[in-house]
Amino acid sequence: MLGKLSLSAIPFDVPILVGTFIGVAVIGIAVLGLVTYFGKWGYLWREWLTSVDHKKLGVMYIILAIVMLFRGFADAIMMRTQLALAYAGNPGYLPPHHYDQIFSAHGTIMIFFMAMAFMTGLMNVVVPLQIGARDVAFPFLNSLSFYMTLVSAVLINISLFIGEFAQAGWLVYPPLSEMQFSPGVGVDYYIWAVQLSGVGTLLTGVNFFTTIVKMRAPGMGWMHMPIFTWTAFCTTVLILVSFPVLTVTLGMLSLDRYLGMHFFTNDGGGNVMLYLSMIWTWGHPEVYILILPAFGVFSEVTSTFSRKPLFGYNTMVYATCSIMVLSFVVWVHHFFTMGAGANVNTFFGIMTMVIAVPTGVKIFNWLFTMYKGRVEFTAPMYWTIGFMITFSIGGMTGVMMAMPAADWILHNSLFLIAHFHNVIIGGVYFGYIAGMGFWFPKSFGFKLNEAWGKRAFWCWFIGFYLAFVPLYILGLEGMTRRMNHYDNPDWYPWLLVAEAGAIVIALGIVCQLTQLYVSIRDRNLPENLDLTGDPWNGRTLEWAVSSPPPHYNFAVIPDVHGIDSFHTEKQLGRRGYNKPLEPIHMPKNTSAGFFVGVFSFLLGFGSIWYIWWLAALGLVGIAATVILRSANRDIDYYVPVSEISHDEEAYSRRIAAAQAAE
Amino acid sequence: MKKLWRLLPALPALMLSGCTVDLLQPRGPIAEMNRDVMLAEFAIMMCIVVPTCIATLYFAWKYRASNTEAEYLPTWDHSTKIEYVVWGVPTVLIVLLGAISWWSTHAFDPYRPLQTADNVKPLNVQVVALDWKWMFIYPDLGIATINQLDVPTNTPLNFQITSDTVMTSFFVPRLGSMVYAMPGQQTQLHLLASAPGDYLGEASHFSGRGFSDMNFRTLAMSSDQFNSWVEKVKGGEESLDNTTYPKYAAPQEAAPVQYFAHVQPELFDGIVAKYNNGMMVDKTTGKVMHMQSASNAAPSDTGMKE
Repeated sequence: MLGKLSLSAIPFDVPILVGTFIGVAVIGIAVLGLVTYFGKWGYLWREWLTSVDHKKLGVMYIILAIVMLFRGFADAIMMRTQLALAYAGNPGYLPPHHYDQIFSAHGTIMIFFMAMAFMTGLMNVVVPLQIGARDVAFPFLNSLSFYMTLVSAVLINISLFIGEFAQAGWLVYPPLSEMQFSPGVGVDYYIWAVQLSGVGTLLTGVNFFTTIVKMRAPGMGWMHMPIFTWTAFCTTVLILVSFPVLTVTLGMLSLDRYLGMHFFTNDGGGNVMLYLSMIWTWGHPEVYILILPAFGVFSEVTSTFSRKPLFGYNTMVYATCSIMVLSFVVWVHHFFTMGAGANVNTFFGIMTMVIAVPTGVKIFNWLFTMYKGRVEFTAPMYWTIGFMITFSIGGMTGVMMAMPAADWILHNSLFLIAHFHNVIIGGVYFGYIAGMGFWFPKSFGFKLNEAWGKRAFWCWFIGFYLAFVPLYILGLEGMTRRMNHYDNPDWYPWLLVAEAGAIVIALGIVCQLTQLYVSIRDRNLPENLDLTGDPWNGRTLEWAVSSPPPHYNFAVIPDVHGIDSFHTEKQLGRRGYNKPLEPIHMPKNTSAGFFVGVFSFLLGFGSIWYIWWLAALGLVGIAATVILRSANRDIDYYVPVSEISHDEEAYSRRIAAAQAAE
Repeated sequence: MKKLWRLLPALPALMLSGCTVDLLQPRGPIAEMNRDVMLAEFAIMMCIVVPTCIATLYFAWKYRASNTEAEYLPTWDHSTKIEYVVWGVPTVLIVLLGAISWWSTHAFDPYRPLQTADNVKPLNVQVVALDWKWMFIYPDLGIATINQLDVPTNTPLNFQITSDTVMTSFFVPRLGSMVYAMPGQQTQLHLLASAPGDYLGEASHFSGRGFSDMNFRTLAMSSDQFNSWVEKVKGGEESLDNTTYPKYAAPQEAAPVQYFAHVQPELFDGIVAKYNNGMMVDKTTGKVMHMQSASNAAPSDTGMKE
């Protein structure tokens, strides 16, 4: 009846997990209680959970990303603390069984549920507004994508309290992840969480690719698109090409585990390196899926706050596209040490180095965007400058490891760990936080607090170097990744410094939370309020509408005549539109995405625990929901002109009030 | 107290003094090459990274909004000259690094046998990764060890590497390049120890529960010392063959060092063959050989459920 699930699957004997569970339960009950107390269930359901509005979905994605950041960071600081303790015979406080789950979960959660969710959130908030569209191409699919991501995140976190998580690293390399060596449910949790969220990501890719290709405002040619949209576009192409590979790879691993097949087993003709090759065919483009939109954010931020157009727009587009293409021909650099021939290694080594060229060009373009500008040091600009320095260093260590002869000693060492945190924290995370600060007023109508934002930056910046420079050195001292304890006296002091760095980063996260709290508290102060919809004197179309924008985004679809078209219009003194209002065709809210998500969860959970009736129920539920949704013809409506003009008048009054205040 | 702060920038250097930085203090020609290539790259990259970082800070400061003295060109967004430079400089560097990459990858391919000036006969060592220990078989000497690798200095070392469990990686940082150990496959690695010493050897790819203790000592010694060590091992009693192998190969954490005075010939080939339906390709002749596999005697689960 309950498959493999029994009471013994619940880790009552691990105090850390019991404590975490109590904490999560208390917070959960408090949140649910507050929603009930204020009678907000109806509001939440109608306005958020069933919404197909890209702006609200974007916000929900980012909230999910921030919650997952806490989880991923908790894992990180536990690992650092373990290694600061587990020296010279001291076993530390995390036995290998627990520690191995933590480093596997840290990577999985940070990549799939923090970074991917944050990236998708930013794309949702920004892309339709930047291209002058009223929504994405497939609003219902957008909601479905969100729920697939959400339920996968729930699934992976449930593994904390029911059963266990994978103990084979964040990419669950076989044969360690095969039944023979990992008979528990950990790897199954990994497979189902990643597969379900992969469905969401793939649909997001389809959705935004179509949106950007088909729904740009009239006059917006390819070479008129804002750079963030360009980077989002390249990211969707990468998603479309690479995520199916991930799905197939994990599908093959599932066949091995569930049906006893031999794709990646030791024997029966299985080949481990086939898995490595396939997973990295996805895995390397994946890091560009994450970093390209961050590059887009930096481009928008640098140009806006330098009060100049982006230097070398065309170059930037070509550089982005060449990174997109090159990212598919470098994957073997993740296993130069497998014993491939010298020609193979050289090819992939040189290809990897070639990516440094367009990336370097981008750095120089931001540099020359600041050159002869008027640089305003807002918090997003802090993150951008911090990024340019940190990323240059991370890029350098990346090129060092692109050389097979150097990779043969650096591979799998803490040097590697330091390198990819260098580019993922210094590039991806700094970028997303800069983007969040930059577009926050667009979503909520008030700015984030600058002082706390800068404090957060300094903590992250300094904390990053404290935490990861020691890891570079430890790598040179021969320390490999994923060690649980050690007795080398040379390593110990550096691991203490790294622990200190993790604590400084924790302070950075506290500053970010404080920033959110202070900003919400002071949201009505005149200096924080964004009445005009254009708080930064922006250049692109998202700043041409009110903050937050009406649910249909644009009362009249704007005409575009070039790059930074909103900026040009402002220069010419033309604001607004001189076309008559017309009723707007919009999609209706739907709960179908929510229910597909819930049933997918049942499918995943049932399959993980071999509770086959539950899995079947999930599958039937998904099919039934999809059929019902497809049969529903009542999915759209027209926003009447009266409502639009009412919104527009209110917006005009706010602009007038803001001008009067000046 | 104030003076102490001045020492702060020197702190990393102070912390490093007296430590062994394995990758920067090589004890063999391969490791020296690894280090030199890495440092050369570092130096070349620094030529571009340092100016970029300085320019970032300088431009940001010079063109700060409050500095109204600085020139402001609100519409300037293109310069063909600068474009040539920003594409050209990284391209030149990458061409240079690519050339180094081509040369070093071919010249120091782990599969390429090493030679000494006086043509010393190479020592063959067969490496088997187990859960969670290393087995070293010296096929020409008929001996084997667990978790200790003894090698003569200035002698080319020809490693043949496989795994009888999950995949992992064989690495002696001070001797240089690592290579994966994979079940059912044999990889090769050629190293040389140029100075006697006691070097850390490790599994550098996570392999499960006992991974952190999957280390071994690499003892490099003069040929005389090595020969007397071989004699000492040969004087022991334990022997390694198809019947005793499963006992020694069973999973074990923090396994102690063990010596084997006798090793059944072709034991290594049998370990490789057991994952290939009893077949194994002789790397030198390319001939398929049918092995009497170690698994015939071993109860170890090979994943075949039926």
